Amino acid sequence: MIEVPDLSFAALAPLLLVLGAACLGVLVEAFAPRDVRHPVQVAIALVGTGGALVATLLLAGTHEVTAGGALAVDGAALFLQATIAGLGALSILLFAERSLDPARSAFVVSAAVPAGSPRDRELVTTPRVQTEVYPLATFAIGGMMLFVAANDLLIMFVALEVLSLPLYLISGMARRRRLLSQEAAVKYFLLGAFASAFFLYGLALVYGATGSVRLSDIRAAGPDGGGDVLLVLGLALLVVGLLFKASVAPFHTWTPDVYQGAPTPVTAFMAACTKVAAFGAILRLLYVAFGTAEWTWRPLVYAVAIVSMVVGAVLGLTQTDLKRMLAYSSVAHAGFLLTGVLGLGGGGEGSGLAATMFYLLTYGLTTLGAFAVLTLVRDGDGEATHLSQWAGLGARSPLTAAVMTLFLLALAGIPLTAGFTGKFAVFRAAIEQGAWPLVVVALLASAVAAFFYLRVIVLMYFSEPVADGPTVGVPGVPTTVVLAVTATATLALGILPGAVLELAEQAAIFVG
Amino acid sequence: MSDFPWLLLMIALPAVGAAVVAALPRGRSLLAKQVALGVSLAVLLLAVLATLAFDPDGDRFQLTTSVSWIPDFGADFALGVDGIALVMLLLIGVLVPLVVGASWHEADTGPRPPRVFFAWLLLLEAMMVGVFAAVDVLLFYVFFEAMLVPMYFLIGSFGGPRRQYAAVKFFLYSLVGGLIMLAAVIGLYVVSTSQLGEGTFAFDALRQLDIDPDVQKLLFLGFFVAFAIKAPLVPFHTWLPDSGAEAPIGGAVLLVGVLDKVGTFGFLRYCLPLFPDASRFFAPFVLVLAVAGILYAALLAMGQSDMKRLVSYTSISHFGFIALGIFAFTTEAGTGAVLYMVNHGIATGLLFLVVGMLIARGGSREIGDYGGVARHAPKLAGAFLVAGLASLALPGTNSFVSEFLVLIGSFPERPVFTVVATAGIILAALYILLMYQRTMHGPPRGVLLADAGPEAPQEAQQAHGATATLTAPTRTLRVTDLSRRELAVVAPLVALIIGLGVYPQPLLDLIEPAVSATLSDVGTDTGGTDR
Repeated sequence: MIEVPDLSFAALAPLLLVLGAACLGVLVEAFAPRDVRHPVQVAIALVGTGGALVATLLLAGTHEVTAGGALAVDGAALFLQATIAGLGALSILLFAERSLDPARSAFVVSAAVPAGSPRDRELVTTPRVQTEVYPLATFAIGGMMLFVAANDLLIMFVALEVLSLPLYLISGMARRRRLLSQEAAVKYFLLGAFASAFFLYGLALVYGATGSVRLSDIRAAGPDGGGDVLLVLGLALLVVGLLFKASVAPFHTWTPDVYQGAPTPVTAFMAACTKVAAFGAILRLLYVAFGTAEWTWRPLVYAVAIVSMVVGAVLGLTQTDLKRMLAYSSVAHAGFLLTGVLGLGGGGEGSGLAATMFYLLTYGLTTLGAFAVLTLVRDGDGEATHLSQWAGLGARSPLTAAVMTLFLLALAGIPLTAGFTGKFAVFRAAIEQGAWPLVVVALLASAVAAFFYLRVIVLMYFSEPVADGPTVGVPGVPTTVVLAVTATATLALGILPGAVLELAEQAAIFVG
Repeated sequence: MSDFPWLLLMIALPAVGAAVVAALPRGRSLLAKQVALGVSLAVLLLAVLATLAFDPDGDRFQLTTSVSWIPDFGADFALGVDGIALVMLLLIGVLVPLVVGASWHEADTGPRPPRVFFAWLLLLEAMMVGVFAAVDVLLFYVFFEAMLVPMYFLIGSFGGPRRQYAAVKFFLYSLVGGLIMLAAVIGLYVVSTSQLGEGTFAFDALRQLDIDPDVQKLLFLGFFVAFAIKAPLVPFHTWLPDSGAEAPIGGAVLLVGVLDKVGTFGFLRYCLPLFPDASRFFAPFVLVLAVAGILYAALLAMGQSDMKRLVSYTSISHFGFIALGIFAFTTEAGTGAVLYMVNHGIATGLLFLVVGMLIARGGSREIGDYGGVARHAPKLAGAFLVAGLASLALPGTNSFVSEFLVLIGSFPERPVFTVVATAGIILAALYILLMYQRTMHGPPRGVLLADAGPEAPQEAQQAHGATATLTAPTRTLRVTDLSRRELAVVAPLVALIIGLGVYPQPLLDLIEPAVSATLSDVGTDTGGTDR
């Protein structure tokens, strides 16, 4: 007979709130009349994610393993869950923006209608909106929050699927340039399926080697010298699966295409939240399960970090589309994050965990803000993301350009923005662990990457406006809120980051 | 009085002023200019009052303010000045109001509204004060890097034809240097963590560290490269002529007058006291770069046809002298170097301003487009002459004192380098006097000729070559002399050049104790302290 595991509902409250909201959303989709669905869905999703954010904050200081040892509710999990819930709520607000597109939404009305068909052309301009994205996104957020708290490889895998499947779907739901969007979704799905398979195979091998899928048991059974082939192979496969989700080069090839093709609010959501979730899982896997075997994975992560920074920075230089450019920037930032991951000793000493979590928060806020600005600049065919279309934006729309400049400077890591504080924190952690060659590479990559961020600023401010340039839409309340929050946070975390850093430092504890 | 937060106010006031100016409505350019002028004059007043509150013989760092900033990093918002930083703050205080005055009309012609110019200018002033006043290494770094942003926008939005290229080049060069320094800053922090048990960025605590010589060398290089790019020393200098030439005049004055001094200031404040062993080890190499820069940049300056580029190259040459004085490790040379930093800001600032006034009249930066201006604009020519003579360190001008101190202070320690560097003085006379002579004297020619149309300059030049003596007397220049606004900008600097040339003692009294305290950290001061 199977015993019912002991569940601590209080500790699971954030997860329950989000997943509950998602289920409720599905019911609303089925039963509520069409004309009230949009406001109701937005409200449910916001209450779910906002409630989860509050719940995680209330839970601060909790350290327990619950659900029969499958879930770890510790400082790190709560900090990352709060980050995901907060960024998720902001993403939902971006989804809900209705005043920018003349067709009132960034999402296709009926995803099943073939692109380019007469019916599709009819639907492009209809004011009807589609509301399935809200429960789907909420499920994804729930999956992400589960991902960072998973203390068990099987739970981790389930969470990986829960967060991935809705993402594959909503990537394909762009209202305009639908074929590009669908291509992105298929590409994401195919490569994502491979990554999941890698993860699953790795899970099986690790189970074979240690006889358990529980992270703490793996640690206990783990080898000291790393001589166990099965275990090492399993670890490698698990890490590959996770690095794929984190879009770390050389597992990044999906990133530019999917970022470009997906509806921009979804891109913002993926860039911010998926990154947090994936790195949360990487940290937990490496330190809780394989902390004692650090010398088997450390060289691998070291090399991958360098590759990711170099690939992201160099390929970013050649991009002419802003969404693709930000995608490569995300690859480079994944490398910087791995620098922080390496800033943690095998026993959990050092400031690497706090630094990486802080970096995730700053990067999430900044990149979300940057993508939110992209949704504002539009021409007749949706968003104008080609670089040349941004020429002279500073003269035409000073405020938009100023906000974008702030985000770009933050991504480049210029002091007095959040990006600098984050970079400083991860580099400090890495140097403390003796990884200074990696930091030197990271600094050089930052300099290269700064060039492509600067190029956008040059275009916006120092170039003459193009004759038939794009228009800058007047954002509605949701996007305005997102921009205000992200811009304020980007500045605040740059000028006075003390309190949040302190919080991250206190939260930097794994139970296991 | 010394408890009053002078330095904090000197940062906060222009920062708030920048926000106010930026928030002004579109049509109120005049108000924006007035606010900028008022704020910058107030900062000057604060700088003067802070100097009065400063006791040269007191503690090393005075007027200190310290607030916990990022406890997790061990970083404080700690401000304080020694004599060296204080004279730089005075220089900032003097130059910024003059730049505002000089840019009064120039800012109107830019592609962006003038209030943007003045907002960036004030923000730049706040950052510049911060970078000199910080006594926390991380805070210094933050200002050091953040300072790039306003200058980047000043060059990029209000500069000359190749401003995009110049702005990006400026930003990237400085950023690369800054990032290398960041690695060293973090390295220093890690060393402090291992030695003190708790990481800190406080300059006074870091000064006490006993760092392994090999580590010192690496960290020294990290700081040195950033400062050598900033200063700039040959071979890290190639960004300055582009930035100097393309920046708006006001930006150029602050760029070479103050921003670049952060490099030489950094040598003195950070490289020497924090890494004494490495400083001694690398001193010969730095001196080679310094002396090579003096001669190489002077030669390049002679070859320039663009006046703004020429002045930029002269600055690179002068920075060689400053670096020579710093790395000679004698109090006399070091004091001379710091005084040189101030005097160079005044002299080159004036030179840039006068060149800018000439360019504003003719619309061309080429030396060959001007000639015979002195007869029609004697005040302009007079100011040009004073600036030029100060730049070549004629006795009686301020620069003579500092250059002489550097050379006489360096000679006992480094005779060969000093002798070679002296050749730079002769070259300086050549490049300055040639530019002055060509533009101000001789027959009238170039773009300012009364009947010269837009295409005329070249014809005029050719005509000049063939039949100059016949045509020249019949032609007159269409040029106005300095306006009252321009006189008000030029006069204070002329007064300072002569005044400090005759009586530099007040500044020396401020500088010398700080320099000898710095050099006692290095432990290489082998006498020469008694002047």
